[in-house]
Amino acid sequence: MAPTLFSTSRSVFLRDLTLAARKPADMITPLVFFSIVISLFPLGVGPEPALLRTLAPGVLWVAALLATMLSLSRLFASDYADGTLEQMLMSPQPLSALVAAKILAHWVTTGLPLVLLSPVLAIQLQLPTAAMPTLLLALLLGTPVLSLLGSVGAALTLGLRGGGVLVSLLVLPLYTPILIFGAGAVAASATGQNPEAYLSLLGAFLIMALGFVPFATAAALRISLD
Amino acid sequence: MNIINYKYAAPRNFYRLAGTLTPWFGLITAVLLGIGLYFGLFVAPADYQQGESYRIMFIHVPAAWMSMFVYMMLAGSGAVGLIWNIKLADMLATVSAPIGASFTFLALVTGSLWGKPMWGTWWEWDARLTSELLLFFLYIGFMALQAAIDDPRRASRAGALLALVGVLNIPVIHFSVQWWNTLHQPASISAINKIGAPAIHPSMLYPLLIMALAFTLFYFTVALMRMRAEILQRERHTAWVGEIAGGKA
Repeated sequence: MAPTLFSTSRSVFLRDLTLAARKPADMITPLVFFSIVISLFPLGVGPEPALLRTLAPGVLWVAALLATMLSLSRLFASDYADGTLEQMLMSPQPLSALVAAKILAHWVTTGLPLVLLSPVLAIQLQLPTAAMPTLLLALLLGTPVLSLLGSVGAALTLGLRGGGVLVSLLVLPLYTPILIFGAGAVAASATGQNPEAYLSLLGAFLIMALGFVPFATAAALRISLD
Repeated sequence: MNIINYKYAAPRNFYRLAGTLTPWFGLITAVLLGIGLYFGLFVAPADYQQGESYRIMFIHVPAAWMSMFVYMMLAGSGAVGLIWNIKLADMLATVSAPIGASFTFLALVTGSLWGKPMWGTWWEWDARLTSELLLFFLYIGFMALQAAIDDPRRASRAGALLALVGVLNIPVIHFSVQWWNTLHQPASISAINKIGAPAIHPSMLYPLLIMALAFTLFYFTVALMRMRAEILQRERHTAWVGEIAGGKA
């Protein structure tokens, strides 16, 4: 049976998951980074619960942005180094679909663990329990966008010197709407307001990114491997 | 007839054309800058609320306009280069980035200087100021990406793609920042409400428009000059550049 678009994308997705499972350290490092950054804030600004409660949404989101950004190099670097990426470019299946599968795998191994870990760290920052569901929902909607937008930066900087810092310059300005909507949702919920508008905007951004980014990243990969 | 139209798409011919045009563009820029500054700084009356300090507007507003215009030029010419593989368009995008970044920086600095007497602070997280800052970061990212890539063709194409993603994102960034600002603190933009709702007196409007035109022509002058340098740099192995340089072809 000839491989279909779906079966090829699925095998790319499962391959990336298997690779991540074989090297769990790569998956855990961004999570540890996430926890350390958040633990540094109370040390820096002082342990007053009221202050921490105000800062919590922003700190959680900024830390999520940075942790995702640091994990972006993993997205294509090893496939680029061993030639897998060139094989994907020559595949009869559309590159954008394979790229989408890789981005999904990246989110499952980076974004999803961040979401699951976030309530524990939110408790450390004295975030009210009532805001927890909003935090989870906002991160569930927002972290896939971080992986999506980040993939463009990762693809453009493939094989460049100083790639890691460069990615941050390219990607962080594009991340600002996610930070604003995400932290806004959590802050609204923590102060007893309705976070629905923020969540809708996050969802809209996710849909837009899902529609555009795989094509942009595929184009960026073709430029980088030209 | 087609030969005439496409003649200047060749870097060599464009180099000559740009050389002829640059002094004229420069001259018109200087004249307009002189007129605009004279009317803005000496003829236009003092503002009834802001006194003399509003006069920084004649630099600040055109710089802010240009910061956005140049990004559109950068993304537009980048797209043309990416789609039709036109070298000159690639070069225009590359040379525009530092000019646009300079305009953005100028808008930020003058905004900050204007903010001190008006708002009592050097930096306010005002929606416009914040999106201008993010635009500055987008320019820096574009330049850093191009600087990191040695192959000029890949640099142009990668930069163009980044600029296009940036252009799609700019409206989202702008509205998210506006949204964020209005919910967090009372709007402070009324002090610098530009040509928007309140009618601006012609004695202030005309110098402003002249300054905007002067800034636009300044951009084209500098872009042409930088294009010439860029053409020589990229075509340095060709015979005609060798002739110009006076060396052996």
